[in-house]
Amino acid sequence: MTSHWCDFRNTDVILHCGSNSVENHPVGSKWLNKAHELGAKWIVVDPRYTRTAEMADIYCPIRSGTDIAFYGGMFNYIIERLIEPNLADYLAGKEVPDYNFEYLLNYTNASYLLDPEYDFDVESGLFSGFDEATKSYSNNSWRYQTDSVEEWDTTGAYAWAVADGVPEFTPPVVKHPKRDMTLADPMCVYQQLKNHYTRYDLDTVCNICGMDKETLELVYETYSATAAPGKAGMILYALGQTQHTYGAQNTRAMSVMQLLLGNVGVPGGGVNALRGEPNVQGATDMGMLVNEQPGYLKWANTTDRSSLRKWLESQTNSDGYYTNKPKFMISALKEWFGDAATVDNDYGYDWWPKVPSKKTDPDYTHVSTFELMSQDVIKGFFCWGMNPCHSAPNASNVRRAMANLDWLVVADLVATESATFWKAPDMNPADINTTVYFLPAALIYEKPGIVVNSGRWLQYRYQSLEPWEEAKPDFEMCDLLWTEICRLYEDEDGANPDPILNTKWDYYIDGKIDPRTVAWALNGYRISDSNLAEGKVDLLPSYSKLAADGSTACAMWIYSGFWNNNNAPLDPSAQPVGRRDNNDESGLGLYSNWAFSWPANRRILYNRNSADMNGKPWAADKKLVEWTGEKWDLVDQADFVAANNGVPVPPDDKSFFMLWEQNARLESYGMVDGPLPEFYEPFESPVGENLLNGALSSPCMSFAEYESTKHGDASDYPIVATTYSVTEQWQGGGQTRMCPALVEAMPAQFIEISEELAAEKGIESGDKVRVFNNRGSVEVAAVVTKRVKPLQVHGGQQHLVGLTHHYSWAGVFGTEAATVNDLTPNVVDPNSFTPEYKAFLVNIEKATGGER
Amino acid sequence: MDLTRRGFFTATGAAFAASMAFELSSQSSALAVEPASDWKLVNTEERTNVCCYCAGGCGSLCSVRDGELINVEGDPDHPVNKGGLCPKGASMFQLRNIVDPKTREVMKNPGRVTKPMVRRPGASEWEPITWDDAVAEIARKVKETRDATFVETEDGLTVNWTPGIASLGGSQQNSEEEYLITKMMRSLGVVAIDNQARV
Repeated sequence: MTSHWCDFRNTDVILHCGSNSVENHPVGSKWLNKAHELGAKWIVVDPRYTRTAEMADIYCPIRSGTDIAFYGGMFNYIIERLIEPNLADYLAGKEVPDYNFEYLLNYTNASYLLDPEYDFDVESGLFSGFDEATKSYSNNSWRYQTDSVEEWDTTGAYAWAVADGVPEFTPPVVKHPKRDMTLADPMCVYQQLKNHYTRYDLDTVCNICGMDKETLELVYETYSATAAPGKAGMILYALGQTQHTYGAQNTRAMSVMQLLLGNVGVPGGGVNALRGEPNVQGATDMGMLVNEQPGYLKWANTTDRSSLRKWLESQTNSDGYYTNKPKFMISALKEWFGDAATVDNDYGYDWWPKVPSKKTDPDYTHVSTFELMSQDVIKGFFCWGMNPCHSAPNASNVRRAMANLDWLVVADLVATESATFWKAPDMNPADINTTVYFLPAALIYEKPGIVVNSGRWLQYRYQSLEPWEEAKPDFEMCDLLWTEICRLYEDEDGANPDPILNTKWDYYIDGKIDPRTVAWALNGYRISDSNLAEGKVDLLPSYSKLAADGSTACAMWIYSGFWNNNNAPLDPSAQPVGRRDNNDESGLGLYSNWAFSWPANRRILYNRNSADMNGKPWAADKKLVEWTGEKWDLVDQADFVAANNGVPVPPDDKSFFMLWEQNARLESYGMVDGPLPEFYEPFESPVGENLLNGALSSPCMSFAEYESTKHGDASDYPIVATTYSVTEQWQGGGQTRMCPALVEAMPAQFIEISEELAAEKGIESGDKVRVFNNRGSVEVAAVVTKRVKPLQVHGGQQHLVGLTHHYSWAGVFGTEAATVNDLTPNVVDPNSFTPEYKAFLVNIEKATGGER
Repeated sequence: MDLTRRGFFTATGAAFAASMAFELSSQSSALAVEPASDWKLVNTEERTNVCCYCAGGCGSLCSVRDGELINVEGDPDHPVNKGGLCPKGASMFQLRNIVDPKTREVMKNPGRVTKPMVRRPGASEWEPITWDDAVAEIARKVKETRDATFVETEDGLTVNWTPGIASLGGSQQNSEEEYLITKMMRSLGVVAIDNQARV
């Protein structure tokens, strides 16, 4: 989230799209009730009338997989109703109460001029730069026109970049973009945006999404009322937005919407991903993803990051805060390799594996990992508390793939479907030669450590008691394995042992692995006064003290400051992460003295945007930052340069300083599948045509070509299906199915079917229903309900169904034969490589003997 | 009450304190032992924790007596949940212990596996294994697979890959553990490293 749970109460309009938070984040969502009590309007756009919809003022159904048509219609509405009628008045100096032009013009790239070659062709559905052979884009024409260039002053502000110990690299050049502050130039981002979305009129959007025009207009009118300066609207989303072949463009669309309405960086605003795993925010921060490094840096690869020099030159921003990336990178390498990392060996950079990144190289993300198992490339597999045999898309394909493994290690609480894949109903153990190790894991209260919530709060979990029997914390398992692997490479010959033997692993207190020393590494420390092996550390106060010359070590620059008390380095309760003062001095629910919010204890990201160009808050009663005329009065930690060497910096337009241009992107050249969100049908679409352009599905979606994906046509599988969760069960069910109270509360998975579809198929509530497509067939209980209704799509009636997915064959208390993810397609978004769980095709029938 | 509790936590990270949720904890017969005559949380030590389900980050209090878990409830001082927990969070106690439906006594959750196991090729059942043996065998297999599939250079570029091994997961672990998993896997040359954030 750019915001956090307690900030929900500050909003004027709540928009849920692709999230059912009242069901799935039930306690955090109480802050929405608080907002509602204070008078906020609440809108839910969802294929199903959910628990969240029940709380809302406006419910608008949507066909699964058509979100970008909905957002595009919103952009068009904002432009037609709010921007175009008022722009001339604003430029003439008149007051415009309904729209925040100051935000649009100064804080976004609306005024930036795009390359003259930039184009979108409606007939083909393609942006400029598409290469048919590789099904990919070159983004050259999506960039800005340059007004002037500026080089780094390495004798002044950037002297650090050429200091002793800093690896040699050519600093980037600032290319100041050309702008037209009247927004008249046809190549400016605003004009291109306007042209692009004229196609997204109310009738077309309704026809695609299956919406009622009056309701849709009410949604647009209600939400775009937050464009008024001082008003805030909040978009809340979850996997309903990301699990699509255009999921990353959905998040772009939400960002564009929030920027057009001036809702980013203000209290009660933001783009808020409601994350679903206890430390998925931490795992994302940690870069436990093929191409990522801890702290949102990019991992080494074989193309633009094939050497440290290339990394520094391709990753260092020319302007803004990310000009400091070399400091973060060298500090990360120093933490990783310790004394073995020197400027002469590029701080050990080449010991890191370089991710194959040529267009012809195989992909190694989640879905393709199983393809590589099927191809006998991947032979050994570690599964850390994750259960792909249940929860990966096309799960039966995953189980067959895993049967090719030589060995599998599962660290978990229970013998999950993944641990016991060889016992699956469709498997014959005698045919499977995989050696499987099950390592029993400690529970959260059986070990200490840090966990990061969806609002970026790092909080401490104290150990309450010892694990049952021989269960161990994952940190101990890692240490046992790593120590033994190192011993083997020390004692025996083997493939290049240098990356292993040069890795620093000094996380011990009194000879015992201790996560508090890892916390030191994450926070960062000065090397000269530290010796972790001897329990001695000189913790850094914050990431502003990191250096690129090898004098500091830091595994995770964005966390720096969370564990910085040198007076009690072993006491978590004496560290910022352990703070428990729940007084709210801000009056806005920032709770700045409770735990630590990365980065720098900042509670609301991009908070410079909560104030106008003079530094005056848009909403006087919701002040995050304010320029007094002499200095910044900071209620939240500044997400901008508030002072330079102690000297206050007066307000300017550099309000998004994590981007080199320091203004937010309505148009972005950073996406692989287009600079603006354009609507495409899902991989499996119930309609044969895209009403907005000539391409049916995303031209860039990945893995549709895999034999295993088995595309299904609407002629065979005419029903749109989606999947979702319930309060009483959770994800793959490994934990919740082991709790009798939860099995009692939600004993089975089910399919929700409209009364109309049930009548057509002769199905009654409680019947067993067979749900099937080319990938699988499952039997689940029917819930015939008014919560799902057929929608009018492309002039005809379209049925939708929804399935929960928490059960499967493994476990003790709650088991079922059906694995719902046998149905979902293993196609992915080309930016995020997230699979399309949320819109696919099925057919249904009453199961043989399926009466209640 | 709140200030006292907070004072304790600030000082020590844990405290001997009475629980506010005694009444709640014994309302459901499905969730708790038979109400005892004594106050359930007498002489317990409380430690704060954070829920293991969604990323709300709701605070919880774990009450322990004589090294055994007595109760888990919402942390009333926590700004996000102010003492509340959802049905999943409220049943976190059962991840460790459940109530025996026959005797109404608290017992270890039989669904949880608390000793290492191995399943050999072609076998239809698990067999027990010691930690020492499991670690030795896994490390040996890691080395064999790494040595067999390792690529040190490609087209003259040092790449240091181990394409034969994959690592999946991380969102269930604490952050320190995430770093150790990542560090171990990357230093082994693993490219296929991914977690729940992908899906």
